[in-house]
Amino acid sequence: MRIFAAICSQHMHLSWRSGQTMLAVSFLFIAITLLPFGLGPELNLLRALAPGLLWVVLAISLLTGLERLFQADYEDGTLDRLLLVPLAFEAVVLAKLLGHYLALVLPLILAVPLAGLLLNIEAARLPVLLAAMLCGSPALVLLGGIGASLAVSVRRGGLLTVLIAMPFYVPVLIFGAAAARAGLETGVAVGPYLGILAALSAASLLLAPFAIAAALRSALR
Amino acid sequence: MAETQNLFSNMQHSRDAVCRADGLACARGAITVFEGVSFSLAAGQALCLRGANGSGKSSLLRQLAGLLPAAAGTLTHPDPAYGTHYLGHEDGLKAVLTIAETLAFDAALAGYRADNDAYADIAARLGLAGCDWQFVGDLSAGQKRRLTLARLIMDPRPLWLLDEPMTALDAAGRALVTDLAEAHLESGGMIIAASHETLDFADAEVLLGPRR
Repeated sequence: MRIFAAICSQHMHLSWRSGQTMLAVSFLFIAITLLPFGLGPELNLLRALAPGLLWVVLAISLLTGLERLFQADYEDGTLDRLLLVPLAFEAVVLAKLLGHYLALVLPLILAVPLAGLLLNIEAARLPVLLAAMLCGSPALVLLGGIGASLAVSVRRGGLLTVLIAMPFYVPVLIFGAAAARAGLETGVAVGPYLGILAALSAASLLLAPFAIAAALRSALR
Repeated sequence: MAETQNLFSNMQHSRDAVCRADGLACARGAITVFEGVSFSLAAGQALCLRGANGSGKSSLLRQLAGLLPAAAGTLTHPDPAYGTHYLGHEDGLKAVLTIAETLAFDAALAGYRADNDAYADIAARLGLAGCDWQFVGDLSAGQKRRLTLARLIMDPRPLWLLDEPMTALDAAGRALVTDLAEAHLESGGMIIAASHETLDFADAEVLLGPRR
């Protein structure tokens, strides 16, 4: 347990100190700020599109951070070392993913309400949007982790990571945006959408650590 | 401070531990790097792997660490998760951490926590100053190499796998490695090192390649 905590907190520490967290949050804000320039300053249009746009921008900012999730450790030999600790490698992977989630993804989600202001989103819509993001984001990280682990031995493999992970993001984005829409309309239940998002996250949590550990093991050979 | 004493304890390793290879082979893709390698190592013994560049010294060490599967032959060695230290070419150090933070992570992986004085002691023993504030990214290659030796001291494991342990080290650094190795062998440990240089602590040598 101490080893798990150490790996998790070291990952958070590194992510914070190397500026990854600030970079990802800044990226989210810049991307959101740029949107009205492309779409035009019509408030109603922005408001209608906001939940979907926020989901997509969240997914993209998340993916930019994923490139370095395992690659830095792969290149400097830390992964070799983490294979030789008295802890299952799947648990080591899970510790790193948890560290990544706490250090990078949670700040991104917390920044979403503020970014929503820029898109003229109503305050009433925010709780549902945030709940959907909290339910769905673990799946995004875990599925993205599979992409990151498959591309770990490729230098500048960020784009490859995105290509591998993006198709798996489709269900999460569909139900995430649907939840946000349902939250707006009266008489439509939000619960089932959140349930499906949580189920996607739970299934990923069960399967992804094994897939990631296997991919990393074979990359280290 | 029971936990701190742990850092310098002169632990005795089991005298029954062995590390043995029988007809070991290594393949990289379609190429056979080496084959028919056999040796046996008992507690308190050290082995030096020799061979030209590309003869498979590092691959053999990775096989012994369980990181690379053997193409043929059998290997008997301590469970890598508990019994093996592997110091490879990549140092596994993080440039943005200080020496003390690096040592704290090493200690956590070894399963305990110590205080800053203990870390400063270890850094001093390795010839590193500025434990609290010096960033690893600012260290020289030799100093980084010294810092990786901390793992050997902080986490007593019977089998050390050292890949070019003398690289980048000055005379004092080499003496430090030799001292650590001799103390380790005395307490019943085993060492397998790949090196192009003469290692004073090695009892035997295995020559890898050229293929027959």
